[in-house]
Amino acid sequence: MLETLTPIAATGIFQYAWLIIAIPAVVAALLLILGRVTNGFGHWIATLAPIASFVIALVAFVQLLGLPSQSRAVVDPLYTWFASGTWQIDVALLIDPLSILFVLLITGVGSIIHIYSIGYMADDPNRRRFFAYLNLFIAAMLILVLADNYLVLFVGWEGVGLASYLLISFWAERPSAAAAGKKAFVMNRVGDLGLLAAVFTMLAMFGSSSFAAVDAGASQLSLGWATFVGFMLLLAACGKSAQVPLQAWLLDAMEGPTPVSALIHAATMVTAGVYLVVRSGAIFEHTPAAQLGVAIVGTVTLLVGAWIGCSKDDIKKVLAGSTMSQIGYMMLAAGIGPAGYAFAIFHLLTHGFFKANMFLGAGSVMHGTGDDVNMRHFGALRKAMPITFVTFGIGYLAIIGFPFFSGFYSKDHIIEAAFHAQPALGVLALIGAGVTAFYMTRLMLMTFFGDARWVKGVHPHESPAVMWVPLVLLAIGSFIGGMVLNGWIGAWLAPIGAEAGEHASWLPEITWLGVVTLLVVAAGVALGWFVFGRRPVPAVAPDKVSIITTIGRHDLYGDQIIDHGVVQPGLALGRGVALADELGVDPATDGLGWVVQATGNQVRRLQNGYVRTYGVTMAIGVVLIGLALVVSRLV
Amino acid sequence: MTELYAVLAVILFTIGLVGFLVRRNALVIFMCVELMLNAANLLFVAFSDHYGILDGQMAAFFVMVVAAAEVVIGLSIIVMIFRSRRSTSVDNETVLKG
Repeated sequence: MLETLTPIAATGIFQYAWLIIAIPAVVAALLLILGRVTNGFGHWIATLAPIASFVIALVAFVQLLGLPSQSRAVVDPLYTWFASGTWQIDVALLIDPLSILFVLLITGVGSIIHIYSIGYMADDPNRRRFFAYLNLFIAAMLILVLADNYLVLFVGWEGVGLASYLLISFWAERPSAAAAGKKAFVMNRVGDLGLLAAVFTMLAMFGSSSFAAVDAGASQLSLGWATFVGFMLLLAACGKSAQVPLQAWLLDAMEGPTPVSALIHAATMVTAGVYLVVRSGAIFEHTPAAQLGVAIVGTVTLLVGAWIGCSKDDIKKVLAGSTMSQIGYMMLAAGIGPAGYAFAIFHLLTHGFFKANMFLGAGSVMHGTGDDVNMRHFGALRKAMPITFVTFGIGYLAIIGFPFFSGFYSKDHIIEAAFHAQPALGVLALIGAGVTAFYMTRLMLMTFFGDARWVKGVHPHESPAVMWVPLVLLAIGSFIGGMVLNGWIGAWLAPIGAEAGEHASWLPEITWLGVVTLLVVAAGVALGWFVFGRRPVPAVAPDKVSIITTIGRHDLYGDQIIDHGVVQPGLALGRGVALADELGVDPATDGLGWVVQATGNQVRRLQNGYVRTYGVTMAIGVVLIGLALVVSRLV
Repeated sequence: MTELYAVLAVILFTIGLVGFLVRRNALVIFMCVELMLNAANLLFVAFSDHYGILDGQMAAFFVMVVAAAEVVIGLSIIVMIFRSRRSTSVDNETVLKG
């Protein structure tokens, strides 16, 4: 079933696919190298770059649509990266139904966010550098999804990690932002280690890291190795996609500018883990343990993220928790196996739209209220910021799964597939949907409804057109995305191994499960209104809260667990090694040096400079040699 | 006959060695070295004659050539040292030690 596609050689527009990556990469390099010269117009060319890539990708997509479904995979070899022994690593682009969807999402949403950033970052003195990093990110992310082997994918994987680090700590003058960037980078390294181990194993087992070779060889892999590779890939996905237990960095990553949160930490980079799992379907198919691991990690994360989302007052952190939670849904779908792949990617696409929409909406709110993120200082913003309110509202309806909005289709599919595969996971996913409705309702009520709790001197106002037009575009995507893709994506992704059921229409089928889901969501909304809509929200976070809220406010003590489980033992180990160095290694080496020096000082006395001393030594030596010869003769 | 040559060679060599060890004048030391070399040469030639083999005589020629080369270098070094230090005492060269 898997990999029925035989890649065909690139012709026509596909030969220019490298331009998709090259344009943003070159622009990023130009802006960074030319520096201040480009301050005046840098953001314009940086915005044009992803748009140009998007146009090329769109043409390629249309071409791909025109091909018969069994030949919708084009390989575009660029050059040989290196050849060593029996290994040859080629840099080649793979354009197939999966990668082209990602390219369209990255460049499409990326372009919209670039446009938005022109307005959002207008007052920042380093706007040019910001745009350079954004383009760097786009280029790296495109390498990640267009690579045709795991090693080149790893290059993009590291590239997006770098861009993420640079952008989280973009305002490095704030110590918290600098620390958040470091935290994200270090925690991602743990996941990268997993990916490296998986790639090395593939190279050792298959002699190649190309998707084709891995897919072909996966069935010959022993169960042990397949499970090892599967779990290493899962570790990699956990790091990049902020899944439990490597989730703690995503909440801190909100220190970055809001467009970064929207592009990298909601729509694209954090979904790379889902891409990796779906792309490695051939491996996971042979290791039920790792597959179940993916599903469990996804389920745990979707509940943890929702929990955190319920208890935060920082609007961006609520959305970050929500992102973790939604990616948990995708991982759950990906862990179900071929039956879930199409739904994972479907939810990934719709989530890319509605979450980017809501993040940019949050950015718009912050823009209008003097960079405040505390929802307790908002309230009644629907009148002050009508466009932001309406677009955010569409995102809200999409994420809770209101009928006919995009999240309704994609999330229902995942819950349904989870019930089919493993009822326990299905029930948890269903509960997650209710909690999602609860915390998103809380966010809406606290931000846009109720009484104005604005801080003195803040006069909320609507953002300029350069910011609200992207909001409108994303809101349209959040609304129609599900209807457009619902009947189509299953068949589209079938060639890469997805086994979607028949959902041939934009009209949802009415199933008992769909009805139950809607009821759970309605209950969540009602509960949200019951708690936060009926009476005024206190402007200062109450101290006396339930244990559940306290735990949620502390991110389920993720930082403390890591601190006590990893950081402190690591520090203790370091101190132990330092002590062993001071007490053991230092005296030993110092002692050795001292002995050599002392011996040298004694021997040095023989070298007194008197020729006759040397002469005597020589004479004695000769006599001794002579004696030795004589004695050896006699014996 | 060969015994007499050998005794002579030992006497010559001993004079050279003692001179080499006790004298300080570089020129004298040099001559003592030549004395030892010639003692060796004498033995070579004597034993060559004794056994009727020419190898020893060839060795003597080699020693002479090497000694000549050595004299050229050694004397010039001594002359240079004499120019700068106004002395040919070998003990003065202890100042060169590290």
